[in-house]
Amino acid sequence: MTYLKPLFRHPRLPKNKLGYTLKEYEGSISTLCAGCGHDSISATIVQACFELAIEPHLVAKISGIGCSSKTPAYFLGNSHGFNSVHGRMPSVATGANMANKNMVYFGVSGDGDTASIGMGQFVHAIRRNLNMVYIVMNNGCYGLTKGQDSATADVGSASKSGHINPFQPVDLASLAVELGATFVAQSFSGDKQQLVPLIKAAIQHQGLAFINVMSPCVTFNNNPGSTKSYDYVREHMHATGKMDFVPQQKPIQATYAEGTDTAVTLHDGSVMSLHKLAPDWDPEDRLSTVNALQQARAKNEILTGLLYIHTGYGDLHKILNTTDTALNGLTEKNLCPGKKTLDTINAGLR
Amino acid sequence: MKPTDTRDPEYYHKVVDCQYACPAHTPVPEYIRKIAAEKYTEAYMINWESNVFPGILGRTCDRPCEPACRRGRVEEEPVAICRLKRVAADQKGDVQSLMPHAPFPANGKKIALIGGGPASLTVARDLAPLGYEIHLFDEQIAGGGMMRSQIPAFRLPEEVLNEEVGYILNLGIHTQFMTYVESLKAVLDQDYDAVFVGTGAPRGRDLPKLPGRKEGDANIHIGIEWLAGVAFEHIDKIGKKVIVLGGGNTAMDCCRTSRRLGGEQVKVVVRSPFKDMKASPWEKEDAQHEDVAILDNHVPLSFEVENGKLTGMKFQRVKAHYDDKGKRKLIPTGEPDVFIEADEVLIAIGQENSFPWIERNIGLEFDEWEMPVVDKVTFQSTHPKVFFGGDAAFGPENVITAVAHGHQAAVSMHLFCQERDLHQRPAPYTNLFSTKMGIHEWSYDSPVTIDQRYLVPQAQKSITLIDRRKEVELGFDPPTGYKEAQRCLNCDVQTDFTADRCIECDACMDICPTSCITFTGNEADEDRLREKLLVPAENKSQDILVSETLKTGRVMVKDEDVCLHCGLCAERCPTSAWDMQQFFYSVTKAGNL
Repeated sequence: MTYLKPLFRHPRLPKNKLGYTLKEYEGSISTLCAGCGHDSISATIVQACFELAIEPHLVAKISGIGCSSKTPAYFLGNSHGFNSVHGRMPSVATGANMANKNMVYFGVSGDGDTASIGMGQFVHAIRRNLNMVYIVMNNGCYGLTKGQDSATADVGSASKSGHINPFQPVDLASLAVELGATFVAQSFSGDKQQLVPLIKAAIQHQGLAFINVMSPCVTFNNNPGSTKSYDYVREHMHATGKMDFVPQQKPIQATYAEGTDTAVTLHDGSVMSLHKLAPDWDPEDRLSTVNALQQARAKNEILTGLLYIHTGYGDLHKILNTTDTALNGLTEKNLCPGKKTLDTINAGLR
Repeated sequence: MKPTDTRDPEYYHKVVDCQYACPAHTPVPEYIRKIAAEKYTEAYMINWESNVFPGILGRTCDRPCEPACRRGRVEEEPVAICRLKRVAADQKGDVQSLMPHAPFPANGKKIALIGGGPASLTVARDLAPLGYEIHLFDEQIAGGGMMRSQIPAFRLPEEVLNEEVGYILNLGIHTQFMTYVESLKAVLDQDYDAVFVGTGAPRGRDLPKLPGRKEGDANIHIGIEWLAGVAFEHIDKIGKKVIVLGGGNTAMDCCRTSRRLGGEQVKVVVRSPFKDMKASPWEKEDAQHEDVAILDNHVPLSFEVENGKLTGMKFQRVKAHYDDKGKRKLIPTGEPDVFIEADEVLIAIGQENSFPWIERNIGLEFDEWEMPVVDKVTFQSTHPKVFFGGDAAFGPENVITAVAHGHQAAVSMHLFCQERDLHQRPAPYTNLFSTKMGIHEWSYDSPVTIDQRYLVPQAQKSITLIDRRKEVELGFDPPTGYKEAQRCLNCDVQTDFTADRCIECDACMDICPTSCITFTGNEADEDRLREKLLVPAENKSQDILVSETLKTGRVMVKDEDVCLHCGLCAERCPTSAWDMQQFFYSVTKAGNL
């Protein structure tokens, strides 16, 4: 029986610039079903954080309830974590984020957690442009309660028992764009080549970076007729572009062909280079993104890759002009400047 | 690359590093699991079937398996395979009832075995149950060959040797001990259907040209002859100051035996640097533990004799220099020559073959080095009736190699006596079956322990140094044996991949603790594909397993190098595309033909 992962690792495992290997970013062994797409996403987060050489203690993982929300236990075992109430991940993330702006925040949620019980929270987190990576592990069903259709299940999609879903789906990516999210992407758990650079860019993005990841449920929603199965997603995936993430330290060597290639500079100077596969789409133009999403829907395609990015809009801290110091670093001296200062303030109000 | 053909038994065989490295291809993980399950008798019989002398080899084997052990590639030390074999031998129950019992129905063929060492005894064991009438000739008083004359009793107790030699001789072998065969022609003139020569490498090298060799002769001995003298009780003491020349295992046996016969200042003097010495590392350690000094980089110049008596030896100090190809040259350092006092000198600088008893005109060819011309596969000489094995075939090796030769020679002799083609070698016996018992359950212990190699306890020096028969190593007790056995990674439980079941969910790639599995685009060139893996597969001595092309056009590539055989890939596989399948490989012996 193996519920424990062996402690040995490959002796020639690459190290990042902190001197850490992937092992330092791993979590405990997954208890999700074998073959669950969520595990792939966990591995992708591990890979992205390793490649960016993020110090694990400067990451907080916050989740709600569901299969997806269990995953923070399975990645970044050396980071902070908070498994919150169903659908309330954004509130807890907001609180944590307000208390300390100097950390990387991963909000991990599922289609039930975000598109049903947590919809209100999701909407307001986007509206406030909270600086976090908001990942939805979207499998179109409630895997933890035996696979009932969720709000993101496509109309006409067949469940394992043969039941056809009669309802329209909530299209989370379109909704996020509509609400003014500053970073919206869509991807597939089985496509690490696309997902790793997306997560890296999302981490570096200042503001709410929303990634809707199709993540097949092998146990309840991987059957023929389902639109969230491995086979269906692979056949209907249509990438907006090939993407590469270039951290700020590296000189940019790629040359960009006019019209098809574009580069987006992020807040910290790192660059996301895009080779566009969809010609009419411009990731910095909301209208073209909405268009591209609608067209893909009409063609039964799942548009993946970066969909929309807006780097000019400040995150919640910038909007509220908060202090740079984390709250736990503010002493009594900072918070109670003394009677003299109070008198000055009071005098100013007279 | 083309998909790997795992139906070729050699692919999975190679994954079982220890078994592959063993000349006799003993199914190591299989018997180690039996030891962990306290099935010592079964573990012993797996060994006996394959290497004939489990108790002897469990104490004295050169252990080619251990440097090959996968464990040595993921942590510091390999599994103590050799000493686990001894646990099986020490703790076994009744094994004789599981062995073949003489008399066997005669098949009318007669065979002569010349020499009674491990190679000949292996031939005897393999052929006797088939009804051959076997006559074994040896000049010593009992069977065992060099295992009796050269391996000191403190490493290999006589009872252990007698027991395992006895199992074979009890198969109805006609033994003629104390009989030195003086003529192969005379043997061939009798009505033997085939003759096996397993006479070893009986001549110890000397230094005849070194000044003082003749004058000091009374106190200068050839190592293996001296060891035989001790074993057969012709020699029971040695001077206080002893020099042992040579850096191999015989030198280690000489110095340690000297310590037991009165040698107080025993020095091993060797030409090469310490690290290049041929002796096994553990033999060197044991010698040093018994206060033997090892002086390296000393080239012997002369034996110093005063008034007709040996007083010591002179040596030149050298330094090893390696050229680009790694070839070593010993260059004098220019320091003054060193004189080392000695009452007696033992020369243990190697062994040679010697066939004065084989006539050169009987159709048996010898090459320019006076070695018989022997087929590497069939072990047949140019005289069709005569087969060679052990050190006699290709020069000095070790016991386990002699056993491996014996098995193959026995196969050849059996084929020969049946007038079949000797080059149609029998395929190995193989078996492959799933170990899956449940979602998280396998029929083997899949968790990987992090225990470090356990040390074999030794008897106290104060006891062992006064009695040359007192065995130094005490062997693992069963609880320690269990813990050491659990360090085995079960490399024979193979990660078997079925491409058409794979849905490419990446679960195996994500979970693999040692990053062995990669899904990637195929490459025509193996080196390029090796570079593309999650961790590039730099160890070219280990194969990569390449699947058929998958649905997305990619292939699954697994680097066998540091796979822990933990079964997590198969546990995390939703479609059982991965399965942990136990592989059994056994070299086909004459008895199974």
